[in-house]
Amino acid sequence: MRRLRQKKSTPEQVAGNGLIDRRLFLAGGVALASGAARADPLPIEPYMRTPGAGFAAYGQPSNHESKTARIFASAPGTTGTGASRTPLHLLDGMITPNGLHFERSHSGIPDINPDAHRLLIHGLVRRPLIFSLDALARYPMESRITFLECAGNGQLLNQKEPVQTGAQALQGLVSCAEWTGVRLAVLLQEAGVDPKAQWILAEGADAAGMSRSVPLAKAMDDALIALYQNGERVRPANGYPMRLLLPGYEGNTNVKWLRRIKVTEGPTMTKDETSKYTLLGADGKALQFVFPMEAKSLITRPSPGLAMQGAGLYEISGLAWSGYGRIAKVEVSADGGKSFAPAALQEPVLSKALTRFRIPWRWDGGPAVLQSRATDASGYVQPTRAELIARRSPNGIYHFNGMTSWSVAPNGEIKHVYA
Amino acid sequence: MSMHDRWLLAAALLGLGCGVVGAQSPDLGRAATPEEIAAWDISIDPSGAGLPAGGGTARQGEAIFAAKCAACHGEKGAGKPNDQLVGGSGTLTGDKPPVKTVGSYWPYATTLFDYIRRAMPLNESKTLANDEVYALAAYLLQLNGIIGESDTMDAQTLPKVRMPNREGFVVFTRGR
Repeated sequence: MRRLRQKKSTPEQVAGNGLIDRRLFLAGGVALASGAARADPLPIEPYMRTPGAGFAAYGQPSNHESKTARIFASAPGTTGTGASRTPLHLLDGMITPNGLHFERSHSGIPDINPDAHRLLIHGLVRRPLIFSLDALARYPMESRITFLECAGNGQLLNQKEPVQTGAQALQGLVSCAEWTGVRLAVLLQEAGVDPKAQWILAEGADAAGMSRSVPLAKAMDDALIALYQNGERVRPANGYPMRLLLPGYEGNTNVKWLRRIKVTEGPTMTKDETSKYTLLGADGKALQFVFPMEAKSLITRPSPGLAMQGAGLYEISGLAWSGYGRIAKVEVSADGGKSFAPAALQEPVLSKALTRFRIPWRWDGGPAVLQSRATDASGYVQPTRAELIARRSPNGIYHFNGMTSWSVAPNGEIKHVYA
Repeated sequence: MSMHDRWLLAAALLGLGCGVVGAQSPDLGRAATPEEIAAWDISIDPSGAGLPAGGGTARQGEAIFAAKCAACHGEKGAGKPNDQLVGGSGTLTGDKPPVKTVGSYWPYATTLFDYIRRAMPLNESKTLANDEVYALAAYLLQLNGIIGESDTMDAQTLPKVRMPNREGFVVFTRGR
């Protein structure tokens, strides 16, 4: 690998306030350790001398990782009507472990007997059909590594003042998994779709009967009836035994506990596509059927709750995603958006999946404001918070993809700020 | 889309169905009978197609609401602890927080029947009789000043109700 030229006094700097060429870590040109000598011999711990724990039928994370957990809130008087959020700041890579995938439920998590569960496909079809899980399990399967993001993720950034919390509470309604299942197009085609049809209605078996209308074109394109999540059966909170998976579409349309698909001429205008999940503008008109999630990114480390440990070299790392395709570029700023440098994108970079980005940063111990800005393959550039609010209205609530900013104070504390 | 995908899409949109492609498709679904479908086919679109027999008025709905809904939605749908269902007219424009209710925001009255029948009351959904659902829809419409107290809501009248915010929605296209 080539050595970086060293000309200036801060040779590797590529943007203001200490951002360093993204290739530097890869080139091995940066020494992280101080190399100070230790006086004491390295310890021999008890677990180095005695046999450890036995096997477990289903493994759990280390006892020392109890803080790596979801946080959740439920509507008044309910226990499962609300959302739980992924601890993005404590994870790395692109895949969300199943036990930490965000959840959004409208009337709790049903306990569904897979042998009794049925999927009905009817409406504008030549042959209405009923599928059991056993029947679906015999179909050819496909896998897609896909992010899911609740349409309400990031909505706290509509507030006038920055809410003092971190990545999990602000942006934790996004996760990414490998989903495996049967192409919906195959089932629809077996049923024989009427040429008049333009939409489907997807409905869950939960007590809320969560239902959304989806364009038939999407159903025929890349929609899956997902049976597996990261290799195991879909978790109950994520739709066991089967969910609709619509890569890139707002989370709510990916109907969980899927029991019915009705092929229709027009949208059904359900509660969740009229009174909710519509983006009200300042003119009093609301955008409806806003399906793909726009390009967005977030620095997960450093971020609030992960205090800096003195001046020196750090890796800034985060996630970027777009419901319209691949992430093309992520830029990072350490000076509140005055200057940006391109981050390295961790392979694999997949369409409609979380993409991990990384860039080295030499913190000089002074104040800094960290931001990231995603650009997707369509050329769309993630707006700043102020740009997004000016373009629509804080009353739009949903699909808030403006930039999130973290301030770093000389004492190492990290806070959510507007910049 | 791959060529195969395009072909599947074209076949489906043309309604070719299993006759052509089925030979290569597992085809493991079994035929659903009209009786089976009827039990689950509870969605109601703005045309009102599929609305069941029965009906109700706001007067009838008032007592049902007080007994089964007010604990979450407040007296006369005023809200708290959960969603406000009444009022909010004129609050949608500008930057102040809007009050989005059945009266100020919902574009279709049929959604009331669909949603109340499938999802309410939260702790015992799908238990209301159709007459009760119609009566609750009538009560909420009447509280919002959209119909009168003795107007009957049924399969014919409900789809004809013109909601105040009917023209308040624009289908999204990217770049707006």
